[in-house]
Amino acid sequence: MVIFSRFTSSWKHLRYFSIEVDEGNDNEFNLYYVGVEDHSEGEKEQQVKQEGKRRRERNGKISGRTASEKRSAVTKNSDKREKKHDKHQKTARERRGSKTHEKRRKRNNADEEVVEEECSKEKNVKNERTKTSKLEDEKEQGGKKNKKKSVKTEDVDRNHGKMKPRDCNDVPTKEKTKNRKKLETISEPESKSDSESDLESRDDKAVGVLSSLTPEELEMLKEAMEEKKKLMATLRGKPWPMKKKLIILRESQEFLEKYEGALGKGKGRKLYAYKVVMMKKWMKFQRDFENFKTACIPWEMKIKEIESHFGSSVASYFIFLRWMYGINMILFGLTFGLVMVPEALMGKPYGTLPRKTVPREEEASAMNFAVLWDFGGYAKYSVLFYGYYNNQRAIGWLKFRMPLSYFLVGVGTVAYSYMVVIRTMARNANEEGGGDDTIFNFSWKAFTSWDYLIGNPETADNKFASITTSIKEAIVEDQESRKDDNIHLTRFLRVLANFLVLCCLAGSGYLIYFVVRRSQKFALVGLEKYGWWERNEVNMVMSLLGMFCPMLFDVISTLENYHPRIALQWQLGRIFALFLGNLYTFIIALMDAIQLKRAEEDIVKTNMTIWQANLYNGTVPDNSTAPPITVHPADVPRGPCWETMVGQEFVRLIISDTMTTYITLLIGDFFRAVLVRFLNNCWCWDLEYGFPSYSEFDVSGNVLGLIFNQGMIWMGAFYAPCLPALNLFRLHVSMYLQCWAVMCCNVPQERVFKASGSNNFYMAMLLVILFLSTLPAIYTIVSIPPSFDCGPFSGKSRMFDVIQETLETDFPAWFGMVFSYASNPGLVLPFLLLLVLALYYLQSTSKTYKRVNMELKKKLQVQNEENKKKNKLAALKAASELEQATNAVGKHSNTDSDLGMNENDNSLNETQQHRQKGQKSRYVHPSQGQHNKDPHPISSTHTTTRPPASRSRAVPGHLPGNPQQPQRNSHSNRR
Amino acid sequence: GNKQTIFTSQQLDAYQDCTYFTRKEILRLFHRYRDLAPQLVPLDYTEQPDVRLPYELIGSMPELKDNPFRQRIAEVFSEDGKGNMTLDDFLDMFSVLSEMAPRDLKAYYAFKIYDFNNDYFICKSDLEKTLNKLTRNELTEDEVRMVCEKVINEADLDNDGRLSLEDFQNMITRAPDFLSTFHIRI
Repeated sequence: MVIFSRFTSSWKHLRYFSIEVDEGNDNEFNLYYVGVEDHSEGEKEQQVKQEGKRRRERNGKISGRTASEKRSAVTKNSDKREKKHDKHQKTARERRGSKTHEKRRKRNNADEEVVEEECSKEKNVKNERTKTSKLEDEKEQGGKKNKKKSVKTEDVDRNHGKMKPRDCNDVPTKEKTKNRKKLETISEPESKSDSESDLESRDDKAVGVLSSLTPEELEMLKEAMEEKKKLMATLRGKPWPMKKKLIILRESQEFLEKYEGALGKGKGRKLYAYKVVMMKKWMKFQRDFENFKTACIPWEMKIKEIESHFGSSVASYFIFLRWMYGINMILFGLTFGLVMVPEALMGKPYGTLPRKTVPREEEASAMNFAVLWDFGGYAKYSVLFYGYYNNQRAIGWLKFRMPLSYFLVGVGTVAYSYMVVIRTMARNANEEGGGDDTIFNFSWKAFTSWDYLIGNPETADNKFASITTSIKEAIVEDQESRKDDNIHLTRFLRVLANFLVLCCLAGSGYLIYFVVRRSQKFALVGLEKYGWWERNEVNMVMSLLGMFCPMLFDVISTLENYHPRIALQWQLGRIFALFLGNLYTFIIALMDAIQLKRAEEDIVKTNMTIWQANLYNGTVPDNSTAPPITVHPADVPRGPCWETMVGQEFVRLIISDTMTTYITLLIGDFFRAVLVRFLNNCWCWDLEYGFPSYSEFDVSGNVLGLIFNQGMIWMGAFYAPCLPALNLFRLHVSMYLQCWAVMCCNVPQERVFKASGSNNFYMAMLLVILFLSTLPAIYTIVSIPPSFDCGPFSGKSRMFDVIQETLETDFPAWFGMVFSYASNPGLVLPFLLLLVLALYYLQSTSKTYKRVNMELKKKLQVQNEENKKKNKLAALKAASELEQATNAVGKHSNTDSDLGMNENDNSLNETQQHRQKGQKSRYVHPSQGQHNKDPHPISSTHTTTRPPASRSRAVPGHLPGNPQQPQRNSHSNRR
Repeated sequence: GNKQTIFTSQQLDAYQDCTYFTRKEILRLFHRYRDLAPQLVPLDYTEQPDVRLPYELIGSMPELKDNPFRQRIAEVFSEDGKGNMTLDDFLDMFSVLSEMAPRDLKAYYAFKIYDFNNDYFICKSDLEKTLNKLTRNELTEDEVRMVCEKVINEADLDNDGRLSLEDFQNMITRAPDFLSTFHIRI
């Protein structure tokens, strides 16, 4: 409605304007054409062509109009009237040859249009029709203008005794054009006597044309152009058929082209024209950029295909995956561009420092595949891990601040992730709006439950079934509150289920803890003595738990007998708890490992001093000024470097997680599908629809897996800059692999759930995970001192000291001063307090808004019901009054005024309408009341009994009318 | 080269102004349209030929084939109201059903689609048809009648026993799933 009304008003505006222009300056525009084309002979031909073109367009418009005539009767009438007018006009002009009549005619036309508009408004019952008719009015006007032009040229021809046939224009000769040009220049003074300046400078005809306009008219023109532009920008959102949109678009473009070049005055004109050209270029660029941008969105067709097969919920996983891919792309760009590449290019090359060299005892196995696969050997001593980076403050000719960059990138990735996640959440919340109220339960089921994306018969079948069951469920629920037979049993089962789940969780947590401790023992002894399983025990156990526990939960949840949607949420919550528990057990175990490594580091440190002392003492006994002995960096003893160890652990975790995902995909989906498909021919029961059947795509499980995977990336990215790259690779592969798997071996879900509602649920999980994964990272950064001989922060007591160092050395002294003042507790604490206060304030205001919103909603609902009740009463009343009225016909006015005050009641009006028609009084629908401010002139009885002001009122709930009327009192009594 | 001859660049620009599609998508849609009946649709649209594909062809597109409301969709968007579509109608249809189209526009056309008898109101008969199509006549008559009553009770604000466009928009714009389900990606 809003669109429509706004749109109508804008058109009204336009119409008003175009009338104005026509009145004053139509001739001059013709002259403008002539004036410009006066210069060279060649252009005359152009002129002829243009004439032809214009005529063609005119014809097109007229034919368009005839087509539109069929559509609405209103316009047909007005069209006829107009034609008549034109004929009349022609003869009149031949007689007088003056402009005054034309003006009058146009005023007539304008009046007529006002009447027309009112007529069309009367038909306002159907919004769309009115609108089309209005638009056609508008179109007509365009056509009329052109027609008028042709009429005028003909007139001029006749005035000079050169009578030509009507369609002489079809013979394009130079002579003719010349003729017309002359004629028109001659006709100029008689038609336009007020502005003489145009004759002198023909180049500036257009300017003259516009300068002859009054400032208001100029403003109007500008406004109209703005309107046109706005219309063109919003055209795609109009509910019209394409043909109409195209016609309107062309007309507005023509309008703009015609007036845009002419607008602006004197010196400003060139600038204006330049601006216009630049605007056009800019628009074109924008459009191309838009095209380019959409072309850059990857996997669009793949997702579309999945969408059409499986509906929007499965596709939502892939869209989520793509979104994740985008985020990881940015993270990868940050770490790769600002950390890995600078170190690889500008840092000291491999083999120059102990931290950049494989130690002597590992050299033999450093290139073995098993070691590399485990991210040991050469992989460990490379840019992929924290330990490789040097603590040199500035590297290369760029003086790139490597440690600072490393630190800031670490902070930046987390900050960026927070920003993106929160922004997306806010946007989702906006889109969802107040989707929680269930007042439209059945309506939504009826009108929004079909997923228009579905393009696969199997999915469609499932969808039909699920819609049917959901409607039936809703009916049952509505008819009677659920029969809870044997509530005690259900309760018991639910408690039991939760107990079992808790046991599972605790068991898995303990298992992981146990395994991690065991692996530390292995590590102390030395991993080389153990096989593959011992080395990868932790990751394998975690992956296996992640694989089998959800299945277990699924089995357990059948005990509970929840509604599937609630069951899904429980399931998600449990899996979330499992993953989180596992992750945190892993982290705690990792912390233990860090402590061990740090103890080892202390030992190494003391050994180191001894080793150094031995080195110097042994070789250079007397001369201390001699150049230091060069020891090959591979032979230098070194600390265990716990940061690299943490990074390695995370990388291994990611790798094993990825592998398990892919392998489950292959075994659980692909081989199952293959078996079911091919064994079905020689099996004793139907495998496809019986027990194993094909697997369904588990949206929630996959989304959770993705979220936790991302959590691990966030946690480990600081110690292993290669993680985002790895993750990018993983996501890329899983996009293709999962798309393929879904399309070839999954069947659509039997119970299709709506995806949109849970979008923010997933995002909230992502946010929680992000927070939880930044906690340990921040803890390690803040509280554990970095290793003494590896990584960009070696030699510092804490990692964040790099900021301090940069402030001291790279910034002027006063900056450091300011910073130190700003960071002292006296300032920071009040600032924090202020933040908390602001947070509290915002939160409380948002709460209030929510409450107000809820109250308004309630009020609306109550009012609706009240209205309905009132309507019923009013309808009864009206019926009785109708009888009375038919009995006593003479008392029209009184009863009418009584009834007239119930303008909001439709049921009443239905009964009343017959009568109103008879009386030729006009009924104003409340929703249209705002548009029809002016009452119908013929209304008879209403005007006599009621003040006119009250009739246009359209506020629901307010009953306009005389207070002494009995009916209103009765209403208020009954309320 | 080849693609340029189908439309003039002005036509493409105009289509881009009138729909929510990019140049590439418009061309893709044209090819989709043409693939329905290669012998009927010319490869040159610069002269704007008057080609109309019958509903049988439009309704057989995989995007619409399984939609219970496919006939209504085609009828609403076709100029002749019978489901026979020109290229313009075709573009129009997928533009409204595209992801980019705003809620109000979608709601307007959804209203038209569910208004089976074209009387600008969704009355009980329309609702019955909608429900029967939605559930493939699986509901009993009583159930259908009940749901109809419920729907009208819920959404009918002016209490005239049928849903006007305003009623419908008021109801549909609050629906959480309307935007995500009322679109066809092509």
